[in-house]
Amino acid sequence: MKNAIEREIPENIVWYDTVINYATPFEKEPTGRKIAPLLKQVKPSENKLVNSIEELIQKAGLKTGMTISFHHHFRDGDYILNSIVEKIAQMGIKDITIVPSSLSNIHESLVEHIKNGVITGIHTSGIRGRLAEAISNGLMEKPIVIRSHGGRARAIEAGEIKIDVAFLGVPSCDEYGNASGKGANTICGSLGYAKVDAAYADQVVLITDDLVAYPNYPASISQTDVDYVIKVDAVGDPSGIASGATRFTKNPKELLIAQYASKLIVNSPYFKEGFSFQTGSGGASLAVTRFIKAEMKSKNIKARFALGGITKPMVQMHEEGLIEHLFDVQSFDLVACESIMKNPNHHEIDASLYANPHNKGCVANQLDIVILSALEIDVDFNVNVITGSDGVIRGASGGHSDTAAASKLSIIVAPLIRGRIPTVVDGVNTVITPGETVDVVVTDRGIAINPKRTDLLEIFKNTDLPIFTIEELKEKAQKIVGKAKPIAYLEKIVGIVEYRDGSIIDVIKQVK
Amino acid sequence: MQKLRRTMMYVPGNNPGMLTDAHIYGADSLMFDLEDSIALSEKDCARLLVYNAVKSMDYEGMEIVVRINGLDSPYGRADIEAMVRAGVDVIRLPKTETAQDVTEVEKIIEEVEKKIEKEIGSTKMMGAIESPLGVINAVEIATASKRLMGIALGAEDYVTNMKTKRSPGGIELLLARSQILTAARAAGIYALDTVYSDVDNEEGFREEVKLIKQLGFDGKSIINPRQIGPVHEIYAPTEKEIDHAKKVMKAIKEANEKGAGVISLNGKMIDKPIVERAERVLELAKMSGLIKEGE
Amino acid sequence: MEIIKTGMAGTMESSDIHVIIEKNEEAGIKIFLNSTVEKQFGEQIEGVILKTLKEMDIINVVVRAMDRGALDCTIRARVQSAVMRSILKENELDWGLL
Repeated sequence: MKNAIEREIPENIVWYDTVINYATPFEKEPTGRKIAPLLKQVKPSENKLVNSIEELIQKAGLKTGMTISFHHHFRDGDYILNSIVEKIAQMGIKDITIVPSSLSNIHESLVEHIKNGVITGIHTSGIRGRLAEAISNGLMEKPIVIRSHGGRARAIEAGEIKIDVAFLGVPSCDEYGNASGKGANTICGSLGYAKVDAAYADQVVLITDDLVAYPNYPASISQTDVDYVIKVDAVGDPSGIASGATRFTKNPKELLIAQYASKLIVNSPYFKEGFSFQTGSGGASLAVTRFIKAEMKSKNIKARFALGGITKPMVQMHEEGLIEHLFDVQSFDLVACESIMKNPNHHEIDASLYANPHNKGCVANQLDIVILSALEIDVDFNVNVITGSDGVIRGASGGHSDTAAASKLSIIVAPLIRGRIPTVVDGVNTVITPGETVDVVVTDRGIAINPKRTDLLEIFKNTDLPIFTIEELKEKAQKIVGKAKPIAYLEKIVGIVEYRDGSIIDVIKQVK
Repeated sequence: MQKLRRTMMYVPGNNPGMLTDAHIYGADSLMFDLEDSIALSEKDCARLLVYNAVKSMDYEGMEIVVRINGLDSPYGRADIEAMVRAGVDVIRLPKTETAQDVTEVEKIIEEVEKKIEKEIGSTKMMGAIESPLGVINAVEIATASKRLMGIALGAEDYVTNMKTKRSPGGIELLLARSQILTAARAAGIYALDTVYSDVDNEEGFREEVKLIKQLGFDGKSIINPRQIGPVHEIYAPTEKEIDHAKKVMKAIKEANEKGAGVISLNGKMIDKPIVERAERVLELAKMSGLIKEGE
Repeated sequence: MEIIKTGMAGTMESSDIHVIIEKNEEAGIKIFLNSTVEKQFGEQIEGVILKTLKEMDIINVVVRAMDRGALDCTIRARVQSAVMRSILKENELDWGLL
């Protein structure tokens, strides 16, 4: 059966009792109640500290067939996921579903644990490298499920993902389970993704390499949610967790894209006193922040808040008084990590507050402008950030579809071609973000405004910005690189793309 | 309308990625380089790469200049033949020292034009002056061929020959710049300034651009897209200049309609140089996006 | 046109293609292509290589190409350069062949 954006969706999918097809961004209404964590008594004399990972797994009651979760705040420096899965395998536990908030290149050893039957299910936002390639080539029996950050929080709160044990690595905690994003050995700033798991998992265990005296306050994760605590030698590689400083790009193409995007923003009706914005950590995105900053200074405009992944340039703007509040679900660099610890208006928010569509109102709903990247964009403005042009999984859904739908102005920035790969195409390989939530596409060779935004088309009618139709951009790309042959897929479905509201927007098939 | 040549951007001729993208940054002209940026062992490859790129790529009407190797090298002749066949707009000679340097290249260009039945004279030329002798001969070089659309200063070799090096204020280039500029103006062709190689020093670059603009240069050879914005910004006329230029043009229009012989604005006579300057200001303003077509 | 020696051109940089031209002891053109965009453009790349060789009247040849997303005009240029090198004519271009 085809969904509203003409994607073929099977009627039965292993993870779902009933498959609901994507219709429109806000069509699906939630019903029922949030799930609640288990009640449990911890008596005054009892101790949460355990001595070994093996004991931890035993005490948490982990058994074959269960679901475990992890967070991705340690990014490419994460030691937790690999070491826990390794131990689970040693203990002979099998058929485990993992629901990390995202996966990085460092997790490619999962390939072996999928082959030996330890891991049989993966729900994640992103997945890359050899693991993603293997999955695209049909490694797993059950398809992986791709969710947005807001969609994952929603699915957890709705009980659609039931986490048996959450294994949460933390930079520091006390033995009663108060955890912080800053420790003696590592620092990751916000623990925004981990907070949701801590609040809803049946068993919550904290893993740290910096066990401090009680009470470890202020705490991102509270003792009332935590079952067990263990101290290990190292939770991660600090250099892989947060880079020293986010550097400004010198890449002329990224600068050109950023120049166009910031010109567009500055001339939009949203650029005014008290506006809000979100930019990513990519080169062009960061450069947009820099250009907007200059415009804000010269026009004496201040932003009420910035949202999402927080970076050094945003912290600087905050400290210079140009941004009043920072809502931080993930601190991208060391400067952001330090800032969240010291600046009172640099707020840690969890993934649900960030972007969950079914929680009486997330911060993203208050967002004016968001800058997002893309691997592919099609002539219907649908965006793919999960599969490459060869159809192989290599990206992350992230907050892409959440912020595109929730913000007032969503801008996609990408080069029109990458080598010989066109970015604007007839049809994207996989839809993560539906075109009706995308307002503008900015490339190095031209800008396209979604025709449904007649207001924007009117505003930019007489600008010196290079405005084209999305079809014209596609033609431009094709003229340079030629017409790509469509990717040949096999019948097997290797991935399900769940829209933020829980409906199915697309599937990913096995590559030939 | 005269073509603007505020920025002429170097693009290494053996880099396919750069040859594909170079025109998107909005320089006034592109200069594909077959000379100093190419290793001796790769001269043949760069030549064919530029040849094929110019023939098949859509540069959206942008002026394409190619810096060839000198005729004193084994590559010069092949470079000229390939570039004329490719249909480049301008061939830029390196290390031009005499009028003869220009006429020798011109002869080969013409031979090729005849061979492939291209309009004679359609391939323009440009001379880069990079030595004390070249500076002394600037006038004879500038007037050596009708094909010459401009001359440029190449300062790196020149300062070495002069037993000095480049400084922030550029005092060491004062004579060369003035001589080349004056020769170009006497010949009625363009004058382009040398490159500024410290791409990360935007402040120093801006100072140099202000200096050469004040001297009267049409523009500058640049080596990075990041240098385009500052040059175009500095060359953009001020609001006051635009305003005055508009008034001049309006006064002329009114005088013409009335059939008046002597035209004046605010009591000052408007003569030909003032009109020309006004036209140039408005042209620059249009190109800089400060006013729109028809204003 | 006869291949005199093995000719190489191009680089392994992004947007480029590295081409090796060798004499084929058997009759015909044999192309070994490895490309980062093989799935989408493999056939087109082989087509451009073949067409360029034919235009240059090269018949018995083995082509080994490592492509990093080169455009057609780059592929043409690199094949032409490799051939010119293999017939020892890199700086005296025979325009009848190009």
